[in-house]
Amino acid sequence: MSSVAKSLAALAKPRWWEFAVWAMLLCLPFWMPSHALLISEITIIALFAMSLDLILGYSGIVSLGHAAFFGMGAYSSALFAKHINPDPLLGLVVAGAVTAVLGAVCSLSVLRGSDLTRLMVTLGVALLLQELANKLDFITGGADGLQGVVMGPVLGRFEFDLFGQTAAWYALGVTLLVFLLLRQVVQSPFGFSLKTIRDNPLRAQAIGISVHARLIAVYTLAAALAGLAGGLQAQTTGFASLDVFGFDRSADVLLMLVIGGTGWLWGGIIGAVVFKTLHSLISAWTPQYWTFWLGLFLVLLMLLGRERLLRPWTWGRRA
Amino acid sequence: MLTLLFDGVAYGMLLFVLAVGLSITLGLMNFINLAHGSFAMVGGYAMVMLSKQLQIPFLICLPIVFVVVALLGALLESTLYRRMYNKPHLDQVLFSIGLTFMAVAGVDYFVGSTQQLVQLPEFLKGRTELWDGALGMGHYRLAIIAVCAALTVVLQQLLVRTRFGAQLRAAVDNQRVAAGLGIDVNRVFLITFAVGSGLAGLGGAMGAEVLGLDPVFPLKFMIYFLIVVAVGGTSGLTGPLLAALLLGIADVAGKYYIPKLGAFIVYSLMIVILMWRPQGLFSRGSK
Repeated sequence: MSSVAKSLAALAKPRWWEFAVWAMLLCLPFWMPSHALLISEITIIALFAMSLDLILGYSGIVSLGHAAFFGMGAYSSALFAKHINPDPLLGLVVAGAVTAVLGAVCSLSVLRGSDLTRLMVTLGVALLLQELANKLDFITGGADGLQGVVMGPVLGRFEFDLFGQTAAWYALGVTLLVFLLLRQVVQSPFGFSLKTIRDNPLRAQAIGISVHARLIAVYTLAAALAGLAGGLQAQTTGFASLDVFGFDRSADVLLMLVIGGTGWLWGGIIGAVVFKTLHSLISAWTPQYWTFWLGLFLVLLMLLGRERLLRPWTWGRRA
Repeated sequence: MLTLLFDGVAYGMLLFVLAVGLSITLGLMNFINLAHGSFAMVGGYAMVMLSKQLQIPFLICLPIVFVVVALLGALLESTLYRRMYNKPHLDQVLFSIGLTFMAVAGVDYFVGSTQQLVQLPEFLKGRTELWDGALGMGHYRLAIIAVCAALTVVLQQLLVRTRFGAQLRAAVDNQRVAAGLGIDVNRVFLITFAVGSGLAGLGGAMGAEVLGLDPVFPLKFMIYFLIVVAVGGTSGLTGPLLAALLLGIADVAGKYYIPKLGAFIVYSLMIVILMWRPQGLFSRGSK
């Protein structure tokens, strides 16, 4: 083992608290069976946020349309379950594969251009797919959503129950697997080359990193993972509607990631938990206007600097 | 056919006035302001208030709306936006999305989520048909084209002929050198931002009749403004103008001929253009 490989392996070693937190997360559906639905919802958006982190936090691509892949995953898994095979895991694989193809195609559009161009193209793709899902109503059910999706049992044994316990474990399990996979990816030489590209694409190219190939690879991977999140959502709720492509969804997931911190894997998870908690607290208090407080929070956070949110000891100092 | 073209031009001119402020601020400050549509919405609602509740005539409302929204823009620029110029694009995007969310929820709270209608004066309501109905022109759309064309000429003259225009162009080309030559870049920013917001407000006020006006206006049309800017490029007025006209005509024609695909055409056109020329169709090479 070379010294580089050794130091990378040391970095990839999980910390003790990570085991503890994951053990706790996996026990959650036991402890709070009445909140199982919420747990699976949060887990799914945490997975979604992690997939965005891969392109935003690690590769520096600002995307306003990541929901395109979430929605594609949701619709493809729902359609697959409805018309071909109700097995959830098979459906998930299909959702991941379909969105990976979509991601590979779309990745060609984010290789060139400035942040603005990327914003536009990603947003455009999401809107395009939403429009498509709306207009192809004989397949997708249009504005009414795709209904009547009945899922088979997970692994052939665990039926989805009404209280969502199976769904929660299913979502947690998939997310844990993705988390472990991503650990390997981001601590690998490939992951480090992504960070190099994020910090300076020109220099990355100069030291012999093939920037385009890496970006295509990471974009495809992130798309597939977002597709898994979408697939999970459709499978656990038995429903897919147009809002899976919505602009709100893309904006929310950006916000979550910013709350939790970009460029580390726990960012998406922490962000999703904080965001959902905030959401349910504020919307319990003022259901219709909670986006106002969300907006205010965003504005203040950006004015004060998002990197300071996770470092309370710097709050007293001036920016 | 000609009627469609006419409607498309009116729509495009309107989009140009709505988006030109965004294009200039983006070129000038490299700031991605997704909240630009909110100024247009504020303009639209100001119009409704002024004309309905205070019974001020339509034509007098327009300059008032412009001034009100421009002042609002100046206020926000000097208090909030100015601090965001040096931040990364991600922060700017989130900041302006936050402002948009606040504007949407705020209008919803104060006015309600129903569609608002603007009372047009009698002399703008008619419709003229030429050549046996081959070209039907709504008078209001005719007025929109006239006003927007006049604005475009005025803006172009301001930008090319006046001292301020020269300062502005200098600041767009190279901010640091401009500052070094003694141009008060902050002041140029402030005025430009205010005028840009005011124009958006004016566009919103005039467009309320054509585009519809409800609290989600900024989100609904954000993509259109961005298309104008991204396709037209951020240098000069000609690019955004042509892009806006192209978008307007493509949108109206697309919705008429292939209603099933409607917005689909516009989005795919945009993606193709941006993949082909990431700097915009009409930009002066790469910067």
